[in-house]
Amino acid sequence: MLQIYCPYCKQTREEEEFSYAGEAHIKRPSDPQAASDKEWGDYLFFRKNPRGIHHEMWQHSAGCRRYFNVIRNTVTYEVLESYPMGTSPSEQPAHAATISTAGELQ
Amino acid sequence: MQINRLASGGRVNHAKPLNFSFNGKRYQGLEGDTLASALLANGVNVVGRSFKYGRPRGIVGHGAEEPNAIVQLGSGAQTIPNLRATQVELYEGLEARSVSGWPSVDYDLMSVMGVFKRMLPPGFYYKTFMRPQKLWMTYEHFIRKAAGLGSAPVEADVDSYDRLNQHCDVLVVGAGPAGLVAAREAARSGARVIIADEQSEFGGSLLGASSHVDQQPAADWLAQIVQELNEFANVQRLPRSTVFGYYDHNFLAIVERRTDHLGISAESGTRQRLHRVRARQVVLATGAIERPLVFAHNDVPGVMLASSVATYVNRYAVLPGNKLLLFTSNDDAYQTAINWHKAGREVVAVVDSRMAPGGDLNQIMADLNIQLYCGHGVIEVVGKKRVKAAVIAPLSVDGSSIIGQTLRLDCDLVACSGGWSPVIHLSSHTGTRPQWSDQVVGFVPGESVQQERSAGAARGTYGLTRCLEEGAAAGAKAALAAGFGDGVVEFTAPGADEASQEPQQPLFLVPHSKPTSRAPSQFVDFQLDVTAAGIELAAREGYESVEHVKRYTALGFGTDQGKLGNINGLAILSKALGQTIAETGTTIFRPSYTPTTFGAIAGRDVQSLFDPERYTSMHRWHEQQGAHWEDVGQWKRPWYFPKPGESMHEAVNRECLAVRNSVGMLDASTLGKIDIQGSDAAEFLNRVYTNGYLKLAAGKCRYGLMLKEDGMVFDDGVTACLAENHYLMFTTTGGAAGVLSWLELWHQTEWPELNVFFTSATDHWATATITGPNARKVLEKVCDDIDLSADAFKFMDWRDGTVADVAARVFRISFTGELTFEVNVPAHHGRHVWEKLYEAGQEFDITPYGTETMHVLRAEKGFIIVGQDTDGSMTPQDLNMGWVVGKNKDFSFIGHRGLNREDCQREDRKQLVGLKTLDPKTVLPEGAQIVVDPSQPLPMAMQGHVTSSYYSAHLGHSIALAVVKGGHKRIGETIHCPLADGRSVPAEIVSSVFYDPQGDRQNV
Amino acid sequence: MEKYSLFKLFNHARTYNENWQRAWRSPVPKSDYDVVIVGGGGHGLATAYYLAKVHGITNVAVVEKGYLGGGNTARNTTIIRSNYLWDEAAQLYELSLKLWEGLSQELNFNVMFSQRGVLNLGHTLQDMRDIQRRVNANRLNGIDGVVLSTAEVQARVPLMNCSPNARYPILGASWQPRGGTARHDAVAWGYARGADALGVDLIQQTEVTGIRRHNGAVVGVETANGFIGARKVACVTAGNSGVMAAMAGLRLPIESRPLQALVSEPLKPCLDTVVMSNAVHGYISQSDKGDLVVGAGVDSYNGYGQRGSFNVIEHTLQAICELFPSFSRVRMNRHWGGIVDTCPDACPIISKTPVEGLFFNCGWGTGGFKATPGSGYVFADTVANDRPHPLAEAFNIDRFYSGALIDEHGAAGVAH
Repeated sequence: MLQIYCPYCKQTREEEEFSYAGEAHIKRPSDPQAASDKEWGDYLFFRKNPRGIHHEMWQHSAGCRRYFNVIRNTVTYEVLESYPMGTSPSEQPAHAATISTAGELQ
Repeated sequence: MQINRLASGGRVNHAKPLNFSFNGKRYQGLEGDTLASALLANGVNVVGRSFKYGRPRGIVGHGAEEPNAIVQLGSGAQTIPNLRATQVELYEGLEARSVSGWPSVDYDLMSVMGVFKRMLPPGFYYKTFMRPQKLWMTYEHFIRKAAGLGSAPVEADVDSYDRLNQHCDVLVVGAGPAGLVAAREAARSGARVIIADEQSEFGGSLLGASSHVDQQPAADWLAQIVQELNEFANVQRLPRSTVFGYYDHNFLAIVERRTDHLGISAESGTRQRLHRVRARQVVLATGAIERPLVFAHNDVPGVMLASSVATYVNRYAVLPGNKLLLFTSNDDAYQTAINWHKAGREVVAVVDSRMAPGGDLNQIMADLNIQLYCGHGVIEVVGKKRVKAAVIAPLSVDGSSIIGQTLRLDCDLVACSGGWSPVIHLSSHTGTRPQWSDQVVGFVPGESVQQERSAGAARGTYGLTRCLEEGAAAGAKAALAAGFGDGVVEFTAPGADEASQEPQQPLFLVPHSKPTSRAPSQFVDFQLDVTAAGIELAAREGYESVEHVKRYTALGFGTDQGKLGNINGLAILSKALGQTIAETGTTIFRPSYTPTTFGAIAGRDVQSLFDPERYTSMHRWHEQQGAHWEDVGQWKRPWYFPKPGESMHEAVNRECLAVRNSVGMLDASTLGKIDIQGSDAAEFLNRVYTNGYLKLAAGKCRYGLMLKEDGMVFDDGVTACLAENHYLMFTTTGGAAGVLSWLELWHQTEWPELNVFFTSATDHWATATITGPNARKVLEKVCDDIDLSADAFKFMDWRDGTVADVAARVFRISFTGELTFEVNVPAHHGRHVWEKLYEAGQEFDITPYGTETMHVLRAEKGFIIVGQDTDGSMTPQDLNMGWVVGKNKDFSFIGHRGLNREDCQREDRKQLVGLKTLDPKTVLPEGAQIVVDPSQPLPMAMQGHVTSSYYSAHLGHSIALAVVKGGHKRIGETIHCPLADGRSVPAEIVSSVFYDPQGDRQNV
Repeated sequence: MEKYSLFKLFNHARTYNENWQRAWRSPVPKSDYDVVIVGGGGHGLATAYYLAKVHGITNVAVVEKGYLGGGNTARNTTIIRSNYLWDEAAQLYELSLKLWEGLSQELNFNVMFSQRGVLNLGHTLQDMRDIQRRVNANRLNGIDGVVLSTAEVQARVPLMNCSPNARYPILGASWQPRGGTARHDAVAWGYARGADALGVDLIQQTEVTGIRRHNGAVVGVETANGFIGARKVACVTAGNSGVMAAMAGLRLPIESRPLQALVSEPLKPCLDTVVMSNAVHGYISQSDKGDLVVGAGVDSYNGYGQRGSFNVIEHTLQAICELFPSFSRVRMNRHWGGIVDTCPDACPIISKTPVEGLFFNCGWGTGGFKATPGSGYVFADTVANDRPHPLAEAFNIDRFYSGALIDEHGAAGVAH
């Protein structure tokens, strides 16, 4: 049961007031008709799904009904920051070293 | 006659006897007893039978750790299964029975299984009952019958439960010495404090102690601090309240038992209450549970925890036996022998596994001339339904082997203590990993990952003074962290009469003269009959991970969740694997700390409050007309209005014909309505709908489809332009909330530059749909300020006006294909206007109709219902609704790109068509699958399925809508629907529009 | 492999159970394998077993970061059925169900597959249409199933509230008699023992930290205990698929979320079948031990904590008390969460990847346990032959680009 800060209401409220709205900062291709099937599929379905720091959207659905961004750790469930749509987080939290890429990357 | 009851003393009321029954026999106990203490007072030995071998079992503990004394309380609707007798407060008339043993706990036929014990090692069921597969269900039938503890009630629960959302600054869990001082310290700072404890009264270990605090008896000191807490206005005290789960962001769940102690038929209000607490800081002062020692036949009734024996003597004035033998690996338990001696009964001997114990208590015992066997252990107990004697033997220094002759000592009670296990369950719920401590000889809480700290025995701190110091410090620190006080503890721990103590010996499995595999059963988990030999066998077979052992042997899976057995089990496993306990690690504790009533967690949100019911303002009128109801989302909608004696089929036929031939009326208030305003409203609509909205003029309406980005239809409806930059969007009844969120999502996250606002108006308006050739004539009678003529008020127009003296918006849109006026008025006028329209329609025999008729009428017209004719995999083209898709819009509307994907372009996609059964009277079942050749072998190649199907009274034949692969090009083909009853119904693929394909009738 | 039987139990009893052989070895990893399977859950172990048994590929290692069967295999509600809506899914799950039906004998390990039937309740007219559609499709696919009336439902489940006055009355149900439950741990152990006997190395407590590639092809895996070479790497790591994919520079259309479940205290038999309800969001069965096993919803947000939000538990128990008003007095013993990889269409991905020699089997969402044998069977075939098994073809990863999704949300049993 999370507590989430709504940057519009400026209140920390119960999870039950909010609805999850998926990964944040996914940009709709500016000219969808020009996007390839690959680009469109990536936009539609492919997500980061990190184990650790996640940028995501929530709606204050039982409150001001505004969408905003949240940085949350998907392992500890710690909510690090809430910030309004169209803004950037105050500081980029260090991306937890959750994925080791010891393999040879090409 | 309570044979084991002391004449005075304890916290029970000797003047208040209470009658109760157990397994049908009547007994007397005292006010203040638990069922367990009352049973012991009456000399009841056998309270249950073990799970696997049917062995007689007695009471072992005195609290949440009790594995054996599991009872079913009461009968009928108020019966409660699986309560621990140690936690059931006695009340007048209590009825309890054992949950195991047939025909009775004293004579259990299952005990015959004990004979085959060696054939039933852990995991035996994985190794047999395999052939033939068919017989497994028979084996299983008997396994299931033998398993299970108590019985679920069969009648609906008559009790109610409620819940309270709470916030506090400091939540103290546990009201033992550490918790009490922590609460007091936090309270002094002004913080809002909640202190919760599972027992009926505060005090924890002090309730059963014989010690002194601050030069006064512990009981007096306790009374005083409880009184102090009472006086704080900022302290909420929750006795009989178990904190059973610790969740993210310092959310804790507490269940408070409000009436259970008053009796099974208590009608004094809410039975249990769930406190949902958000705490700034938490102090976990949950204490510790004594560990039993594992030796042969350690499950015979009469083998108990040393601290439990002391508690029964001191708190309940009960002596659960006559001749005590104490077996310990630490000094602490000596107190039990001293208490027993002082109570006037015989202490046969104290057996200590350590070679040279010392300490103050040791001296006291010596002064009392209590026989002490050092460096010895109880290796086996003699007796079946009660301890008759104990066999002791000298042990090696590390306690691992027997080094001399055995000795048999007669006794009827063996109290044992293998040290203490801190109660770290709640701290584990937070996700922190418990740490093994060699010094504590137990797991202690890992590093905090929430705003919590443990104090006292819960973190392995023993000794009253240190617990009090630690509790006070934790309370002050927690308050400071929550923003109160200065964190300085003014309190100095009162001097407690603490004995100096020697270190305990880590002793888990006591050796036997035979190897573990051949020794009589040495029980580790009493409830599930897990033995030391079983754990060693699991390790031998390769089940080496602690989780594997738990799952293979069932260790810790009982309702006590291994509170007694886990550590011993881990130690035995570690030894078998030749590694340390720290290396072995522990299993993870999950909520609930102790089992929690489903009803308490569900709260009030059951029965009619399970989900809100939504009614339109005409609801009562429909009720009076005898409407049958359909659940649509949360709404109750009239399904059909049967006249007396009419079947559904007859009623629907009548309603349909009325609309086609004269006029009908439908309550359409439940449709979602979203008011959309702003200078970019039209542009926004243009982006979320498939068709164009930029040119929609005030006074006009347009039907649109909404797609998800993958091109699949997810909602449809009409949007009206109310004025420049002002629109009203209708959505499906079930889709309203989702559509609003959808619009907001796109506006706020993708196109914030658009100036547009959305307001849900669903509940603000009531809608009466008047439809049929006589609709205009009806409306004319109650509306004189709108020119209703066909030329002035065209199809897909809307007008402001007055209907039945109420300001109204009237829409000329149609879901029936007939001349239709949808009259929208403010919701509180809904019933008035509805009744006036009904009155006005009387001369045309106006007929109210429900959703079923609505479905038939729209299907005759081939109008889709999203969610019935679509399933999230249908594009507008699939629905033959390409005409709703704007081909030349500048903006790539939502879903446009998705439609271009390869799979959406396939020619053989499932497409919406009509079906006409060759026999016009046969109505295809909805959901019937379609094939070309019904005689083909399974699996058949399915072409699609029937989405909607009705008998059309007006057309005189059945009609169906279906989706069929490539259906748009298969008009005229005959297909077949093989039904479950063996029939196969042939039907012809036809146009999905069965009636008035040109739309003449709605345009008049 | 020592064959298990009643006779063996008798014999070992005579020697005090001192001579049972290990169920599987604890081998030192070789430097090189034909196939390394990452993930020692039910699916991974089944894949190893069928690689060895059906395809004769025995130079195989299963590398598991924790203990065998310790992920969702250990955390699910053990329901088995094959009554899925779409042909592709139904046929895959039906293959699985057929394998379940002989699994105890095949593995010589009793997985306690109990065919006590599965009810899927309908509470609205649309539910009933969907049930009819699904049962008809199942029937024509050769899968057992019938539609039951409210009275027939009541007869099978006497304690259920079938009153027309319930908030969402039960209008009927689909009934798959061959469905049921199995003992979840036994499935992992049975496959592990079978695979080990065929020569597969089961390597526990070894976390894969990287996937090594050379010239676009897989050459092995990095582990916490060193490099292990492999010609093919097959990832079956439910709950961690995204993390594994990232090691190979891939992304998946998957989001990982906690699915919650709970059990009551053990009770005498009171529920003889599996009951599932989409509309009121809950499913329930009774285990052989007597516990009521209750499946709750999936949390609405991504998470890797094997716990979940308490409000999900509350809603689930409200649904259970609504369906079974007498269970209100029963008590919850334990609740927990397992991490499920949810796919946009609630169907799995069984696929080759752009990296040569790298295969993925993931995205089973809430439906993984019942698929264990079938999943292992088709995945082994896919890995062995370097092309999708015919039943796996539809479950390729390309469908998320072409749009050929198989939308099984309706049949998935819980709201996503």
